[in-house]
Amino acid sequence: MSVDKLKQTVLGVVAVSLFLASGAVFAGLADMPLNLTQGVTETSQRVYDLHMIILYIVTVIGILVFGVMCWSIFHHRKSKGAVAAQFHHSTAAEIAWTIIPIIILVAMAIPATKTLIFMEQTGDAEMTLKVTGYQWKWKYDYLDEGVTVWSALDQASNEARQMDSGIDPNTVENYLLDVDNPIVLPVNTKIRILTTAADVIHAWWVPALGWKRDAIPGFINDNWTNIKEPGVYRGQCAELCGKDHGFMPIVVHAVSKEEYAAWIEEQKAAALAAADGANREWTKDELLAKGKDVYAANCVSCHQANGNGVEGLFPPLNGSAIVNGSAADMIGLVLNGKNLMPAFKDQLNDADLAAVMTHERNSWDNTAKDIIQPADVKAAR
Amino acid sequence: MSYGAVHDDEHHDHKPTGIGRWLFSTNHKDIGTMYLVFALTMFFIGGAMAMVIRLELFQPGMQYVDPQFFNSMTTVHALVMIFGAVMPAGVGLANWMIPMMVGAPDMAMPRMNNMSFWILPFAFTLLLSTFFMQGGAPAGGWTMYPPLVLQLGDGLPFLIFAVHFLGLSSIMGAINIIATVFNMRAPGMTFMRLPLFVWTWIITAFLLIAAMPVLAGGVTMLLTDRFFGTAFFDAAGGGDPVMFQHVFWFFGHPEVYILVLPSFGIISQIIPTFSRKPLFGYASMVYATASIAFLSFFVWAHHMFTVGMPLAGELFFMYATMAIAVPTGVKVFNWTATMWKGSMTFETPMLFSIGVLFMFTLGGFTGLMMGITPVDFQYHDTYFIVAHFHYVLVPGIVFGIVAGVYYWLPKWTGVMYDETLGKWHFWTSTISVNVLFFPMHFLGLAGMPRRIPDYNTQFTDWNQIVSVGGIAFGLSQLILVWVVIKCARGQGEKATDQVWEGAHGLEFTLPSPPPFHSFTTPPEVTEATAHS
Repeated sequence: MSVDKLKQTVLGVVAVSLFLASGAVFAGLADMPLNLTQGVTETSQRVYDLHMIILYIVTVIGILVFGVMCWSIFHHRKSKGAVAAQFHHSTAAEIAWTIIPIIILVAMAIPATKTLIFMEQTGDAEMTLKVTGYQWKWKYDYLDEGVTVWSALDQASNEARQMDSGIDPNTVENYLLDVDNPIVLPVNTKIRILTTAADVIHAWWVPALGWKRDAIPGFINDNWTNIKEPGVYRGQCAELCGKDHGFMPIVVHAVSKEEYAAWIEEQKAAALAAADGANREWTKDELLAKGKDVYAANCVSCHQANGNGVEGLFPPLNGSAIVNGSAADMIGLVLNGKNLMPAFKDQLNDADLAAVMTHERNSWDNTAKDIIQPADVKAAR
Repeated sequence: MSYGAVHDDEHHDHKPTGIGRWLFSTNHKDIGTMYLVFALTMFFIGGAMAMVIRLELFQPGMQYVDPQFFNSMTTVHALVMIFGAVMPAGVGLANWMIPMMVGAPDMAMPRMNNMSFWILPFAFTLLLSTFFMQGGAPAGGWTMYPPLVLQLGDGLPFLIFAVHFLGLSSIMGAINIIATVFNMRAPGMTFMRLPLFVWTWIITAFLLIAAMPVLAGGVTMLLTDRFFGTAFFDAAGGGDPVMFQHVFWFFGHPEVYILVLPSFGIISQIIPTFSRKPLFGYASMVYATASIAFLSFFVWAHHMFTVGMPLAGELFFMYATMAIAVPTGVKVFNWTATMWKGSMTFETPMLFSIGVLFMFTLGGFTGLMMGITPVDFQYHDTYFIVAHFHYVLVPGIVFGIVAGVYYWLPKWTGVMYDETLGKWHFWTSTISVNVLFFPMHFLGLAGMPRRIPDYNTQFTDWNQIVSVGGIAFGLSQLILVWVVIKCARGQGEKATDQVWEGAHGLEFTLPSPPPFHSFTTPPEVTEATAHS
C-alpha cells in the first residue's frame, strides 16, 4: 500500500469519526451537561469557579505547548528538507520553564487555599444532620429534632434494575436517582452534616452541594452546607461499598423553613404511630402485606426475590433451617445480625420486623407458616 | 568489533533447547522475551475484562453480569493490567535492553532473574483462580480498602498471597537491575553517560524497593485482621480503616511512577533518534526524573482527599501535588525542544512517542486539576478520575511500551517490522483510545460515579460512544500481535546493526539480532560514542 493511499485512508477514518462524534453531540446528548454543575450553594459556586479558572489555565498552556509541538512536527521534518540542529541544552530556557510554571502554580494555589479554608468552616451551624451509610441505604438522623429517616433506592428503579426485569429503564423517571424516602432540608440555613457508616466505607455526594465526603465506620466526618435555592437535588454513593454500590442514591428536597418545620412535625407524628403498632395484635394478612414491602426494601438485594440468596455470599431463606425453625432464634438473628447480615434492631421497628419475618416464614417453600407479633419482637429486644 | 563469530558460535552451542531453554533460562534476552509475552497475554486477559465492563455499561439496566461480578471485573481488570501487563512489560524491556545499553554480557544475577519471572505465572494463577471459589473473585476494588475487602469469601488469602508474590518478583527484578547498572557498566560508561532509559529504570528500581514492602505490610495486616483477630483497620478494636488507605497510597503513588518512568525513558531514546538530534537537557532530564520520584513519596494522600483530613494536611498534599507538575513540565519541554529544529521522520516508534507526548500531557493537565483539593471534592471517585488515569496509563504508558517494542523489535529479531501495519496500529489505536477515554471526562463532570454497573439514563449516549471506542481499541491491538508474529518468524526486510538512521547507543553497535551473550568483551565508551 502506498503512503499516499494510507494517508487518504487514515484521513477518511478521522473524518468519519469526527462526523459520528459531532452527530452524537447534536443528536441525543442535550440532556446531559458536559461540565461541572454550578450547584446551589456558595461552596459549589466557588468550586465551579475554581474548576473553570484552572481549566482555562491548562487550556492556554495546552494550546501553547501543543502548538509548539505541532509547529515543529510540520516544519522540522526530513521530508521538507529540514537539517537537524545539534544544540542540546540552554540554561536560560531550562530556568525559564522551571520558574514560569512555579509562578502559575502559586497563582492557582492562592484561590484554591482560600476556597478550601472556606469549606472547612464547619462552626456556627443552625442544625445538624447525621448521615450513616449502610449496605445499601442511607440513614438520616435530624439530631436536634430526634427524627430518623431511612432512605433507599425507590421501588420502580429497583424493579427495573434487576437482571432480565423486562422493564426499560428509560421508562422509569429518575432511574437509579430516586429514593423511597427523600430527606427534606431548609434553605438559607447553615446545616452541619456529619457522615459516618455502619459497615463499610461509603461516600455521601450531592453534586449540587459542591462536595462529597467519605462515611467511615467508627469515625465521624463533619461538613456543612447552606442551600440557596429550593429544589430537588440528587446524588449517589461515591465510594465502592460492595454489590449494590451503584444502587444507593441520595435525594434532598430543599424547601422553605416553614415547610421544613411542617415536615418535621409530620415525621414525628408518623414515628409515634409506628411505635404504637407494637402495642396491638396484628392479623396475619396485615403482617403479610406489610412484610412484603419491608422485604423488598431491606432484604431483597442480598436474599433475592426468590429467597434463594447468592451462592457463596448470601445464604438462602427459602428452605432455611432458621426461617423454618423456632421464632425466637430467627428474631435473635435478625435483631443482632451475623457475619455480613447487619443487625436490624436499629434499622427497623417492631412491626416492620415482625411483618418481614412473618412474610419469610410464609413464603416460597417454607413450611413454618406461623406468625410473629410485634410484641414478640419487642420482648426479644 | 569486540565480538568474534567463532566466540559467538561457541556460546550458541551451549544454548539449551526445547522447553528447558525457557524454564531454566538465565539469559536476559530469553527472560526479557518471556516477560514481554506474559505481559501481552495479561494485556489481553485484562482487556477482555474491560470488554465485559463496557458491554454491561453499553446501556442502562443490568443485561449480562450481576453487580458482584461486575465489581470483580473492575477490580481484577486493574490488578491484571497494573501488575500483569504494564509492570512485567517494563521489566521485560529492561531485561532485554539494559545489559546491551550498558555494555554487559547479561544481568548481574541471572538465576534470580529466572526466579523473578517464573513467580509471575504462579501469582496470577493464584489471583485468577479466585473466580472459581466460594464468594468469587476480589470485588472490593484493586485498592483493597477494608472493611469492604474483608467481606470477600475464600478468595481473600489468595488475593493477598498473589500480591505478596508480585511484590517479591518486582523487588528481585529491581535488585537485579540496580546491581547490573552499578557493577557491569562498560569502561567509560559513567552514570551521566547512561542512556535515559537506563536512568529511568534505576530510579524505578529504587522506587520498587521502597514501595513494594509497604504494600506487602498493608495486605499482611488485612490478612491478620481477617484470620488472626487483629483490628488494625477496625475502629471497634481501636484500629482505623483509613490507615490502610494511607499505607496503600504510600505504596500506590510511587507505583504510578514505577509504571510511567520506564515509558518516559523509552520516548527519551526514541525522540532523539527520529529527530536526528541529541536529547535536549540530558542532565535536567535525569534530575527531573529523580525529583519526580522523590516527590512521589509526599503526595499519597491526594488519592484520598475525601476521607476527611485536617486542613493543614489537605493543604500540604495539595501543594506537594502541584509541585510535581514542575519537573514533569521540564520533561515535556525538553522532549519538545529535542524535536525543535530536528530533521524528523515518523516511523511507528516515533508516532507512538508523539502520542505519549500529547496524551500524557493531557492526562497531566487533568492530574493538576484534581490536585486542587477543593475541586477534587467534586471530581473524586467519578468518571473524571477514570478518564485521567486511563489517559496517563494507556496513551501515556502503554503507548510508550509499544513505541519501545517497535523501536527495538528489528534489533531483537533481525528483521524490520511491517511499517504499514505499524502505522495502521498507531492510527487506529490513537483514534479509538480518544473515543474511549475522552468522553469519560464529560461523564464524570456530569456526575457519573466510577465503579457502578448501571447508571441513570442521561448517561446512556456517552457511555455507548465510550464502549464503541473500547471495542475498537481492543481490536486495534490485534495488529500489534500480527506485527510481532511476523517479525518473530523472520518475515521482513533484514535490519542493519544500527536499525535506524539516527540511532545511537551501544545496543546499536551489536548485530541484529544480537549474540546470545550481549557483550562478552566490554566495549570502550567515550564522550563521543555515549548516547547522550
